[in-house]
Amino acid sequence: MNFMREVEMSTDIHEYLGQFDDIPGTRVYTAKRARQGYWMNQFAMSLMKAENRKRWKANERAYIDEWPMTEEQRQAILDRDYNRCLDLGGNIYFLAKVFSTDGLSFLQAVGTMTGMSAEDYQAMMIAGGRSPEGVRSIREKR
Amino acid sequence: MARITAGVATSHVPAIGAAMDLGKMAEPYWQPLFAGYDWSRQWIAQEKPDVVILVYNDHASAFDMKIIPTFAIGCADRYGICDEGWGPRPVPDVEGHADLAWHIAQSLILDEFDMTIINEMDVDHGLTVPLSLLFGQPEQWPCKVIPLAVNVVTYPPPSGNRCWMLGEAIARAVESFPEDLNVQVWGTGGMSHQLQGPRAGLINAEWDNRFLDLMSNDDGEALRAIPHIEYLRETGSEGIEMVMWLIMRGALGRKVKALHRHYHVPASNTAVGHLVLEPVS
Repeated sequence: MNFMREVEMSTDIHEYLGQFDDIPGTRVYTAKRARQGYWMNQFAMSLMKAENRKRWKANERAYIDEWPMTEEQRQAILDRDYNRCLDLGGNIYFLAKVFSTDGLSFLQAVGTMTGMSAEDYQAMMIAGGRSPEGVRSIREKR
Repeated sequence: MARITAGVATSHVPAIGAAMDLGKMAEPYWQPLFAGYDWSRQWIAQEKPDVVILVYNDHASAFDMKIIPTFAIGCADRYGICDEGWGPRPVPDVEGHADLAWHIAQSLILDEFDMTIINEMDVDHGLTVPLSLLFGQPEQWPCKVIPLAVNVVTYPPPSGNRCWMLGEAIARAVESFPEDLNVQVWGTGGMSHQLQGPRAGLINAEWDNRFLDLMSNDDGEALRAIPHIEYLRETGSEGIEMVMWLIMRGALGRKVKALHRHYHVPASNTAVGHLVLEPVS
């Protein structure tokens, strides 16, 4: 096999992006999502500053209203509905500033997106995590 | 002349840093993870690298959505520690090596890698957790560090092949630096993990171990061809961080000797992998 020829082949952007919707239960942070969620992510980013965290904790609604986000995005954040946040263009590393401010670890916050209880999710991780079997591809059912 | 003497790969899970900072290392949950780094700590205490080129990704800490550099190299003398939402980690500031960093940056650009140069930056867990794992909790880090930040958050990240080539170019740049320096390259992040959506918690030990096998032997070149979609499907949405290991592997040259290997599930949501490799000329 001519291996180097294979890696040097250029990638078609449409084909590249098209593959991502085939992964079950996963939102790949594409340019489209990054554009949609720009201000939601920048809002979350602002919580890296202690003084902003203080204002946010004092009045979440007032603080979030200062950001040019859609009402849907604001509500998803206020509800801590992280799957909804991802659907609306949020990225987990930005959203992490919100759950860190709530005092939640990645383990606790990530578990909320799976529909499992915190205890069941942690037990699954300790037992070796979620198997990739059956969740690699929607189309190919593998 | 400066020379690359070793490569280290390690995951950089934030909870590992928290476990160290809160003194939980001996707890049954954490003990087996940290035990796998005992050998490496003894090894590095003898190796005494002057400089570590530390390949990592920023997790929406120094870089927000305003500017997204694909490859960025830190050319500062000093880096502060980020407040990631729960206050900065209680670890020392990171000392840079501006002379070598600028030399590498200039060499890479002439070598057709269009680097972003960072003169001021705070570093997050992606950089400090690997330092903590290898050096423990010293008053001061025992070596200088050149941060090399890779975008693996906003798609598309660089290809594995491009990362490998960057590693090769870093090796050429280091070899042309006149000062006698012992330089290591570290590739961090991974292994399999997914931090988002209903599929969160995905771990693929079989795939990870195959990756560790290939990293450790002379067939490492095969890793260059792994497309992003395979990382995503097989190792979870955040497993893509493993492309950063290929920068380290590319910098070591074709032949390597694996000195140490460790794999542990889980740390928080993540499969932890760790390798110590030596180039074989």
